[in-house]
Amino acid sequence: MFQIIKMIVQRLGLGLLTLFVVSLIIFLGVELLPGDLAEAILGQSATPETVAAFRRELKLDLPMHERYIEWLLGILQGDLGKSLANGREISELVGVRFSNTIFLAIVAAVISVPIAVILGVLAALYRNSLYDRMVNVFTLTSISFPEFFVAYILILFFAVEWNIFPSLSNVNPNMGFFEHVYRVALPALTLTLVVIAHMMRMTRAAIINLLASPYIEMANLKGISRSRIIVHHALPNALAPIINVIVLNLAYLIVGVVVVEVVFVYPGLGQLLVDSVSKRDIPVVQASCMIFAATYILLNLTADVLSIVTNPRLLHPK
Amino acid sequence: MVEFWKLLKSAPFTAKLGLLIIVINIFVGVLAPVISPYGETEIVGAEYEPPSEQFWLGTDNLGRDMFTRMNYGARNTIGIAFITTALAFFIGSVMGLMASTLGGWVDQLLSRIVDVILSIPTLIFALLLLTIVGTTIPGVIGVIAILYSAPVFRLARAVSMNVVVLDFVEVARLRGEGLWWIIIREVLPNSMPPLVAEFGLRFCFVFLLISALSFLGLGIQPPTADWGSMVRDNATLITYGEFTPLLPAAAIAVLTVGVNFVVDWFLYKTSGLRDDH
Repeated sequence: MFQIIKMIVQRLGLGLLTLFVVSLIIFLGVELLPGDLAEAILGQSATPETVAAFRRELKLDLPMHERYIEWLLGILQGDLGKSLANGREISELVGVRFSNTIFLAIVAAVISVPIAVILGVLAALYRNSLYDRMVNVFTLTSISFPEFFVAYILILFFAVEWNIFPSLSNVNPNMGFFEHVYRVALPALTLTLVVIAHMMRMTRAAIINLLASPYIEMANLKGISRSRIIVHHALPNALAPIINVIVLNLAYLIVGVVVVEVVFVYPGLGQLLVDSVSKRDIPVVQASCMIFAATYILLNLTADVLSIVTNPRLLHPK
Repeated sequence: MVEFWKLLKSAPFTAKLGLLIIVINIFVGVLAPVISPYGETEIVGAEYEPPSEQFWLGTDNLGRDMFTRMNYGARNTIGIAFITTALAFFIGSVMGLMASTLGGWVDQLLSRIVDVILSIPTLIFALLLLTIVGTTIPGVIGVIAILYSAPVFRLARAVSMNVVVLDFVEVARLRGEGLWWIIIREVLPNSMPPLVAEFGLRFCFVFLLISALSFLGLGIQPPTADWGSMVRDNATLITYGEFTPLLPAAAIAVLTVGVNFVVDWFLYKTSGLRDDH
């Protein structure tokens, strides 16, 4: 037990360190901007006075490390600073949008995870069959198709031809839960199609690795029933890789939403990020990047910790 | 040459199809000015004209010929993706080979930097960096090349680690050869096959990322013809049940599938691995 706690603490420490370094990069990246941030934003026509005023407003006149510490402390307290484009508090802009993004990712995960795991296990059990080859072709197709291609094909059929789902996912907080789900149906379906093949492949590989190991062979030779082998021998060891696959794909979903949100004009964090990049609204870009990166890193960390916790070998040290 | 044809004949159907797709794309890209009826940015008709004798695939949102834009798009999109991948490979493998050959603190430093790059999702990191350097073509190429040199570094380092410890490298060291001589003459040739296969795969990722960025309006900028931004510009047509805006997206998908087919075959050939699991 001590060993497990030690490993988990190590991973958490490493995760925190990564987050810290990432925050440094996101902050300092802007500092390395060739030339002056204020001039870059205001353009060449700005007078020296306005540039100086703008610099004071952005606190660009303070030394770099002071500003970094202030920025980091602000983020930890939920204060993300102000948008350059419209002067609004970023935390206001981000709040609803981030929950929208999470909502979309969760809907996509609820659809894709069970299907992917079941199909992956089936592909492993009937490997090299026609079904398995079809899974292979489907995987190749889905990693080769740009997300917006999948999204527009779905729009073309589900929204335009058959008129089942709306092609624009304009949601607002006053909407009921089912209305919300109905509106995000197409983006969620797009995300599902994008991640499902990958999840399936990884589940398949994990199970096949396992079924080829000597102790399963041994159990077979002892004449234990197939259901007992799968439930008692294979499943405990397969849990770790499968949980890993699921959490890693959730991390991918959170990031993969960017393009999908733009296609469906869904008011999520990804769309905000893209808008802010084209407006060069740097504080908003920094805040959204930090949120995305932190979510991604935390999910990866969760995958690590869960795979340690569910590893039966670590629960029974020699 | 004869051997090459023999090899090609023995290739599975998918690999032949993949090669055919790649050759056609290169052909179209190189000969774009010759086979296109109009100029790249020339406005030749009304907006959103349907396909006709005059405009094979119709016209786009500004009245430019879609067929012409598709041809030039092949040239620009594939060309830029190829340059980016090549640059990423140059940076990544030089760094990777250096890390494994030198070892010590160089290896530690480079590896930790790469760890950090890989811990941030690529698209997000690319968006952050593009805000800083601006969305110009050299900016896009530079940013993506640096981001994708990280996985290349990992692979090059891992592969060459196994080569560096072999006797002939030791002999070269004892002979007093310089670092670059050892890297180029001893380590690199013995690390090539996995790197070549990786090049194909990475090209697909880079190609998809650049298309995604252009689709978001943050990659290759107008009026340059490019498959990703062509989809974006004409997307409204899709809501009228028109499929022509999907053609550039389909072209991206087809090329990626083709490259993947060839890479699969190449991996199978060089590694001797059989996909029996």
